[in-house]
Amino acid sequence: MDKSVQKKLDEALEGPKFQRRIKRRNLVDLSWASGFTVGGIGVIAAVLLIMFFLVYVVAPLFAPADIEKSKTFDLQQSGQEKTLYYGVDEYADSALRITDNGQVYGIDLTTGEKLRDERLPIGDALVTSYTTIDQEDQLLGFGLDDGSVLLVQYEYSVTYPNDVKTITPKLTYPYGTEPLSLADQPITHLSARKSGSQITFAYQQAGSSQLRVKQYDMIESMFSEEVTLELYQQGAFQAPEAFDWLKMGASMRNLYGLQQDGTIFYFDIRDPKQIRQIETVEALEPGQTLTAVQFLIGQYSLLLGDDAGKVSQWFPVRDQDNNYFLQKIRTFDVSDQPIKHIQVELNRKNFAVLDASNRVNMYNSTAHNNFADFSLDQDVSQVHISPRGDRLLIETPSHQLVTFDVDNEHPEVSMSSLWGQVWYEGYDEPEYIWQSSSASNDFEPKFSLMPLTFGTIKAALYSMLFAVPLAVLGAIYTAFFMDAKTRQVIKPTIELIEALPTVILGFLAGLWLAPYMEAHLAGFFSIIFLVPIGILLFGFMWSRLPEPVRLLVPTSGRAVLMLPVVVIIAFIALSLSGPLEALLFGGDMRHWLTESAGIDFDQRNAMVIGFAMGFALIPTIFSVAEDAIYNVPSYLVNGSLALGASGWQTMVGVVLPTASPGIFSAIMLGFGRGIGETMIVLMASGNTPLMDANLFEGMRTLAANLAVEMPEAALNSTHYRVLFLSGLVLFIFTFIFNTLAEVVRERMRRKYGSL
Amino acid sequence: MRDWFKQGEHWVWFSAATVSISFVLVVGLILMIAIRGLVHFWPHTVHEIEIKNDQGNIETLVGEIHDTQIKLVSAPDDPNAEVRKVPQWLIKIGNRDVYGTDFRWINTDNIIGQDDRLAKNVTVLERYEWGNVYGQLQSIVRDGEVRAEGGNVKNVLDDLVGTGQSLHDKINHIERVDIGSINYQIEQLRLEEKRLKAENAYDDQAREANETERERLNAEFRDYQEKLEILREQADGLGEARLSLAGGESIQVPIKHIVRMWQPNNMSSADKVGFFFSSIGHFLGGEPREANTEGGVFPAIVGTITMVMLMAIFVTPLGVIAAVYMSEYAREGLVLRLVRISINNLAGVPSIVFGIFGLGFFVYIIGGSIDDLFYSYAQPSPTFGTPGLLWASLTMALLTLPVVIVSTQEGLSRIPSSLREGGLALGATKSETIMKIVLPMSMPAIMTGLILAVARAAGEVAPLMLVGVVKLAPELPVDFNAPFVHLDRKFMHLGFHIYDVGFQSPNVEASQPLVYATSLLLIIIIVSLNLGAITIRNSLREKYKALDN
Repeated sequence: MDKSVQKKLDEALEGPKFQRRIKRRNLVDLSWASGFTVGGIGVIAAVLLIMFFLVYVVAPLFAPADIEKSKTFDLQQSGQEKTLYYGVDEYADSALRITDNGQVYGIDLTTGEKLRDERLPIGDALVTSYTTIDQEDQLLGFGLDDGSVLLVQYEYSVTYPNDVKTITPKLTYPYGTEPLSLADQPITHLSARKSGSQITFAYQQAGSSQLRVKQYDMIESMFSEEVTLELYQQGAFQAPEAFDWLKMGASMRNLYGLQQDGTIFYFDIRDPKQIRQIETVEALEPGQTLTAVQFLIGQYSLLLGDDAGKVSQWFPVRDQDNNYFLQKIRTFDVSDQPIKHIQVELNRKNFAVLDASNRVNMYNSTAHNNFADFSLDQDVSQVHISPRGDRLLIETPSHQLVTFDVDNEHPEVSMSSLWGQVWYEGYDEPEYIWQSSSASNDFEPKFSLMPLTFGTIKAALYSMLFAVPLAVLGAIYTAFFMDAKTRQVIKPTIELIEALPTVILGFLAGLWLAPYMEAHLAGFFSIIFLVPIGILLFGFMWSRLPEPVRLLVPTSGRAVLMLPVVVIIAFIALSLSGPLEALLFGGDMRHWLTESAGIDFDQRNAMVIGFAMGFALIPTIFSVAEDAIYNVPSYLVNGSLALGASGWQTMVGVVLPTASPGIFSAIMLGFGRGIGETMIVLMASGNTPLMDANLFEGMRTLAANLAVEMPEAALNSTHYRVLFLSGLVLFIFTFIFNTLAEVVRERMRRKYGSL
Repeated sequence: MRDWFKQGEHWVWFSAATVSISFVLVVGLILMIAIRGLVHFWPHTVHEIEIKNDQGNIETLVGEIHDTQIKLVSAPDDPNAEVRKVPQWLIKIGNRDVYGTDFRWINTDNIIGQDDRLAKNVTVLERYEWGNVYGQLQSIVRDGEVRAEGGNVKNVLDDLVGTGQSLHDKINHIERVDIGSINYQIEQLRLEEKRLKAENAYDDQAREANETERERLNAEFRDYQEKLEILREQADGLGEARLSLAGGESIQVPIKHIVRMWQPNNMSSADKVGFFFSSIGHFLGGEPREANTEGGVFPAIVGTITMVMLMAIFVTPLGVIAAVYMSEYAREGLVLRLVRISINNLAGVPSIVFGIFGLGFFVYIIGGSIDDLFYSYAQPSPTFGTPGLLWASLTMALLTLPVVIVSTQEGLSRIPSSLREGGLALGATKSETIMKIVLPMSMPAIMTGLILAVARAAGEVAPLMLVGVVKLAPELPVDFNAPFVHLDRKFMHLGFHIYDVGFQSPNVEASQPLVYATSLLLIIIIVSLNLGAITIRNSLREKYKALDN
């Protein structure tokens, strides 16, 4: 080399400038390397992010309630009096208290300021009994010692003087301030309900064990807003003795008289003139005493607290003969101390229980869920829950009011309500039910994931029944018998299904296949039977053909040969539909199924899903299984063939055992996809959450349920979180199947490597 | 025979047949959609059928035969009577404003006389509202005077419809583009004012600027209003077409309401082919009408393309980076296995789970935070805290990430290591080798992955239902107003269009042909994307096979 060139080269490759450049390039290299690494590992982060986000949304469902002591106020008091009623506004900022000597006190729950101190317009009369007539409207009834009843409604008004929200509680008298005279003696026990334009009172009066029922019509005055009550009908029933509690159900149909020894008299008062005693139930074991009785919100379930520290829930249930009887639904083991007081929440099926040792336990009845348990260091006489369930008011015998802030968003969800059978109000037995929303306020949300999970697995299994034989046998033939040229056409064609949008398959399944199948039901069954038989017959007849004809089509070309054959067989089978139905099913199979066989039939059913989704699963299974079979080393195959085994014998004896892990993982992948498929089931399954394996009935899957209900679920509501939980369940399902498939495939890859 | 079974020959036949069955199913399915989709564009002949109705009166129906089915009829008063099967025809009689319904099922039993008689000289009018009119064209009336009658009335109407169309296009352009742009700017001004007020910076100067601008826009708006007024008057001046209907009634259709007219029974084959292509044009370029059951799918095409392109912008760099990491940087070990498992799971997680993730994470959490930080002045109406284009494409990017990774990785692994070694031997750093040699060479593989991802995203519906697709979007996600692509808007999508029109529409029979046509369009898009990807991939394989030797 020329010396000057050498020198220049040396200069270029040495010295500080060169060093700087090297440094810069290395730095760039390093930053790219770390960039790529971060990006690559980011994929793991993405999967983890999805999973943790799902968990993050779901977690609050299972968090226990958070209860914190907030404030203590002194209560107004005039002599010895007992609180009968607390009215609390929606924001839990104020409370109105009514005591048994007719005093009304208001209190501001943020400052403790006294807002009101007055007396009910009852003159010198004494309050002898009290009932809540309408929990939603907060309509109350006070039975007086002169035999009359005062109806009072709790209300509050919100005003903004000087831009500060001020809530003023008040009482109104929708039926006038004049008490309604109901009885001629002091009313000892009173229960009343309002429904439509009627109010029904049931009461017992002093000195008599007779149970009386009076029904009043509300008459609106023509000229003013005033509403008066007019007696419509009445009746009486000679009860054996005076009850200790009298409770009327919401529909003005059921009346319960309860005694301290736990005897419940169950009356039917639909017709007040003919009060009928349905039954007498001993609710408690002998020796125990009933200490507290309340209706759960909705006035359907009775909660009974006893001196053994148990609370039991009862409601009327219908038997096979359509007769109602009172049934014990569930028991809450609260403590070993007598129950002092039960208080229910006004919007959800929650209640608080106070026992003699001043412990407060809070439950959700549907979920059978004890979400809070705390005790107080002072005596407690009463517990009250604010309308939104976010504040507890606790009254002590020393006339203090202690407030607690409650953070309890999702009491209605527990493992047992999600996965177990729950006995919902109005149902005849415990059931798995998914019914997330309803118009009514005292609705009991039914969040059982079982019907959805069942539907998911049902849909996946029925479609696997169709897809697995087709895909696996097809893969065997394509990979092992078919010639390379045909394979190049067939394989991409079948894999093309993967690319077809499932919304199109769903649309065809729902709007074309389902009605078509309903009309040609027998035809489809004859396809299932006739096609295999026809193939067998054709194959056998082919083997009887003279050799020159047989050799025209080699084994590798049979799939092409079969194309017209399967079309013709299927066509024959379908055209047999009419004659078959006439012959076997009296003309119409669908009619025959429902009428004679007693099988329910939906147009969009599991059979439609089986065909449509099965079709969509074929490429997933086919592709992976085909690869696995194709990759079996050829010397194994050649060895077997050389030893005289037939093609199929080689397949079964050599190829399948080697490729079986691959086929297994293909099936796993297919199942995983079937579980998560949304559009086909959404459009072709009818979307009714049933728990029935019937081939002719639809289902609702987890995925379709998400698509249907997610858009209308309010952010962070229980419904929203339960839907995310079902998404998490889907995620975990598919995670298991995919990981299993991947691990098996990984092992197979290593095994082939060694062969 | 025993040998035959013993050798497993029957199994070979079974397996061969399963391949045929799968093949027949795929091809049959695509053929069915193609035929049903294309038939929608072909001019149907119009039949005239006389039937005896339930009251015993004879009724004449004029319409297209759309479907047949077998109905079971049992005598109403005799439960033991045998159930008879009677073929039924679905006739599209049109004239919804007169008859109340577009379609009627008739029993072929009730048909009197010939059942395949074509209605002579029948004219079909496609209208913007109330569907088609089938009737005999009588005359053209303007201001109560008959303008054309007799032999040339068809040609006159043809011309008038053409004029009406161009007027309609002009009106539409002014309403959508010009006035749309003004409305957009006014809305921006309103938001600007809100924002300044929230920052307490809405001083007199800003107020003045704002108001002048608004005044200018309002003036422009009034200009366009006047232009519109003139155009509308012209459209009204076109007159009305009077037709007599099958039942003897007559109907007057304002010409400005007519999309197009044709006389199917008088058309030559060439006319029919021309009509066929013009129908396809109307379908691809038209706006949906009548709750999506008529008209075109243009907004859905635009929405799909915009979403998919935005998604491609997100997914390509992410996918390529991950693939490069896996095949160039990562060493065999736990981390790489975890990455593989993650990719597999990402590919296997049900799409609807991506949907709820997108809704919960992107829309509510990220979008909600963006709104709180930057758009708090616009609240309570959300800007990004609601499903929209951006979140839909991000969700789809996540969903299609594995497709891009796997394809890119395959391309990378096919590049001979000699090329890398050559680069390194010449003194290039690793990153230089990758950026300058490996990645450019694997470009086709990246393209393949991208195309497959696009095909997947174009066909996926379930997650989109949660993160931004709507049945009818008032505005396109791309328009001529800066910033041109509106990330916060909701959009229409071909796949969702199929679901919505097929299942949520009140008039299932009327909408079915359109659903088939939309399905066909979607299948054509997706299948050609897939075939393109497969072709690129195959040619790539060939190329590297050559390089290897």
